[in-house]
Amino acid sequence: MRNESRWPRRVVLGVALLLAVVLLLLPLVTVFAEALRRGLAPALEAIAEPDTQAAIRLTLLVAALSVPVNTLGGLAAAWCIAKFTFPGRGLLLALIELPFSVSPVISGLVWVLLFGAQGWFGPWLQAHDLQIIFALPGLVLATIFVTFPFVARTLVPLMQEQGRTAEEAAATLGATGFQTFFRVTLPEIRWALLSGVLLCNARAMGEFGAVSVVSGHIRGETNTMPLQVEILYNEYQFVAAFAVAALLTLLALVTLGAKALLERHGATRAHPA
Amino acid sequence: MSVSVQGLCRRFGNAAALRDIDLEVRSGEFVALLGPSGSGKTTLLRILAGLEAADAGRVLIEGQDMADVPVRSRRIGFVFQHYALFRHMSVFENIAFGLRIRPRATRPPRAEIARRVTALLERVQIPELAARRPDQISGGQRQRAALARALAIEPRLLLLDEPFGALDAEVRKGLRRWLRDLHRDMGLTSIFVTHDQDEAMELADRVAVMRGGAIVQYDTPEELVEHPADAFVAGFLGEAVRLEAQWDGTALRFDPLPLAPLPASALRQAPRAPGPALAFIRPRDWQVLPVAEAGNATLRARRPTGHGVRLELELGPLIVEAELPGSPLRPGDACLLRPGAARAFATG
Amino acid sequence: MAAASTRLTALRARGAIPGFGASLGVTLLWLGLIVLVPLAALAVRPWELGVQGVLRSLAEPRVLAALRLSFLASLAAAAVNLPIGLLLAWVLVRDRFPGRRLLDGAIDLPFALPTAVAGLALTALYAPEGWLGAPLGALGLKVAYTPLGVGIAMLFVGLPFVVRSVEPVLRDLPREAEEAAATLGANRLQTLLRVVLPALMPALLAGFAMAFARGLGEYGSVIFIAGNMPMVSEIAPLLITIRLEQYDYAGAAAVGLAMLLLAFMILLLLNWLQRWGRAK
Repeated sequence: MRNESRWPRRVVLGVALLLAVVLLLLPLVTVFAEALRRGLAPALEAIAEPDTQAAIRLTLLVAALSVPVNTLGGLAAAWCIAKFTFPGRGLLLALIELPFSVSPVISGLVWVLLFGAQGWFGPWLQAHDLQIIFALPGLVLATIFVTFPFVARTLVPLMQEQGRTAEEAAATLGATGFQTFFRVTLPEIRWALLSGVLLCNARAMGEFGAVSVVSGHIRGETNTMPLQVEILYNEYQFVAAFAVAALLTLLALVTLGAKALLERHGATRAHPA
Repeated sequence: MSVSVQGLCRRFGNAAALRDIDLEVRSGEFVALLGPSGSGKTTLLRILAGLEAADAGRVLIEGQDMADVPVRSRRIGFVFQHYALFRHMSVFENIAFGLRIRPRATRPPRAEIARRVTALLERVQIPELAARRPDQISGGQRQRAALARALAIEPRLLLLDEPFGALDAEVRKGLRRWLRDLHRDMGLTSIFVTHDQDEAMELADRVAVMRGGAIVQYDTPEELVEHPADAFVAGFLGEAVRLEAQWDGTALRFDPLPLAPLPASALRQAPRAPGPALAFIRPRDWQVLPVAEAGNATLRARRPTGHGVRLELELGPLIVEAELPGSPLRPGDACLLRPGAARAFATG
Repeated sequence: MAAASTRLTALRARGAIPGFGASLGVTLLWLGLIVLVPLAALAVRPWELGVQGVLRSLAEPRVLAALRLSFLASLAAAAVNLPIGLLLAWVLVRDRFPGRRLLDGAIDLPFALPTAVAGLALTALYAPEGWLGAPLGALGLKVAYTPLGVGIAMLFVGLPFVVRSVEPVLRDLPREAEEAAATLGANRLQTLLRVVLPALMPALLAGFAMAFARGLGEYGSVIFIAGNMPMVSEIAPLLITIRLEQYDYAGAAAVGLAMLLLAFMILLLLNWLQRWGRAK
């Protein structure tokens, strides 16, 4: 280190750590403290409750349906943006990142405007006895919207940096498109892809605002875990609310840990939002 | 495999990368595309491989038009400038790639693939590196691995993009000789891109000198040196100082520089027409005479070379380098500098 | 002619690597169906009310109050995040201390934590009887169920943006520049203000913009702590959900569109500032 005096350095570090504890760590600790306020048993009982169990199943289902869509879309987008030059590439990338700057509530609202009772396709859906809003399809669509950019924005910078020569080399050696993708491209991006999928999944399971708009809050049917947290809280079942919240927090912590591990494998750091 | 390029054109946006290129390569020939960066040589090589499409013109290989043949069906070996080895595969897997991905009907059995890869590893003299990853071997070794990978598909034609560009001088010299032998022993037809004239001259049977998207001259190294087609080729090949001059049909004058005129008999190449000309004079073509009184030049510095001495001289506003077997001059001495021979091209 | 040559370039873009048409097609379909068509609905629906109707619907005092709170609170939170984020980025890049990795991971917590969970936790923490709420209350500062609470929630969700945008720039900043300044006789503060800060300015602005955009749209972590009193602590996104519950689609879309347009204007302004700063 340079001849920087020690005291200013220590003060700066101290203030930074204090801020981190107050702003970041305390909220985290609060979740577990409130969940375990009356011991472990009540918290576990709250999670075992049928409505909560239904919420957990629904959350898993919604994530299982929406993450693959954005993974495939993200891979396709990264492939054409990173491996080719064409006019409008920058605009395409900007549009793909657009959902990150849209409020979650608006991300839900747009689907209501399309498929709600008074939406553009509402009457047609009613006539054919199909339900999107206040049902699983609406939850999935809203979730796809809010998690839209994760995979693409993790992959695009990495694939751009890697360039195209590996794919060109594979072509001169006789590889088909599929062989090139699965044998040459995919192995080089697998850690970044996994990282993007994990972030996408964490957000899909934790999303609140967008699904809140399209869910209709039907207990045991259209409540995902974050919505269940809200309902329990509004019913003053604090331990139960925090118990479900603690479960979601564990998911977040596991995701962060996995992401840190993957970054050490050379995947680029991405900004989730 | 013979290659015939006819009327090839390619534009990038508004800039022409290639304009009306014709090139004939005979089977078994080793051809260099030589030119400064931006001259279109890499674009030409990439079009031959099918990595890039041409706007107009044809590429024939063994008389067959390549227009509708996709890259992967061309069986042209391509060695990329930075090797483009697959980073997640071992050297062995890299070389085996082209064989392993063949459709089942034409894919050799596993043992045969292993045998061929091993043979190639020995051919390129890196058998001990089979299990290494590309980031665990040196630049020269990567070059050999990339070459072995390209040779594994038994290419009809081998293309190399700046094959020694990323290597240091020592490795480069050794590899050059080795590559020339390999080309001959395997009976390949090869085309390589380079901006290094020594490399082109040493390796190639014929050299295509490129400039601004066109081939300026396509000849054997001897012909290029003895009969450069124009001032650009003369300037690009070999080290020479270029001087503006005037040609009157009998002598080359260097006014306003204080140099004696050069008679037609001393010219290796005379301008086509009288008028302004550009003269190229090589270090060995200078005569430097010690003088007692005022000369036309001053010695700035001298350094020994393998077979004599190299002088750095100040001639009016110019710095001129001359190479002589020996000289008694010391830095600061005045001397008489005069050209003994030159090559001149009309610029008017 | 120009169009034709552009198209030719586009076709030629295919080169040797396969799959351009297929991947672009999938991308456009995915983007169109999930993002563009729905956002088009948002852009079109409000005008069912007519221009007058949209303006009247936005001019309601409750709407104006909510928009004002959303914008002011998110701008303020992003501004407070600037020094905090800079400080955290600074110690992460320039200091070595036990637990640095942990702090590095903790920075991303607001990214990863579901917003409803964050809302719940912040409410419990800042409630009058909470760990932080009690001491702050003793000082006469009420956070939960006030506009201040709204700002605190936005501060939390926006924090990582500033840190993560400043961090890489700070890491790449050549130490030589600072050392050169020191050899020229600048003291530490002068060096920081005149050498380091200007170099970080674009990254700080970018972080500010992202934190602001995130705070403005934030819903989950805000509504628990806000108390949601009309005209006082009600944010614009909440108003959208209220209008939707009343089946006032056009009115909800009007608020949504207004939020988006205002946000884009501010982001454009920040972008312009960033470029202007760089060009200077």
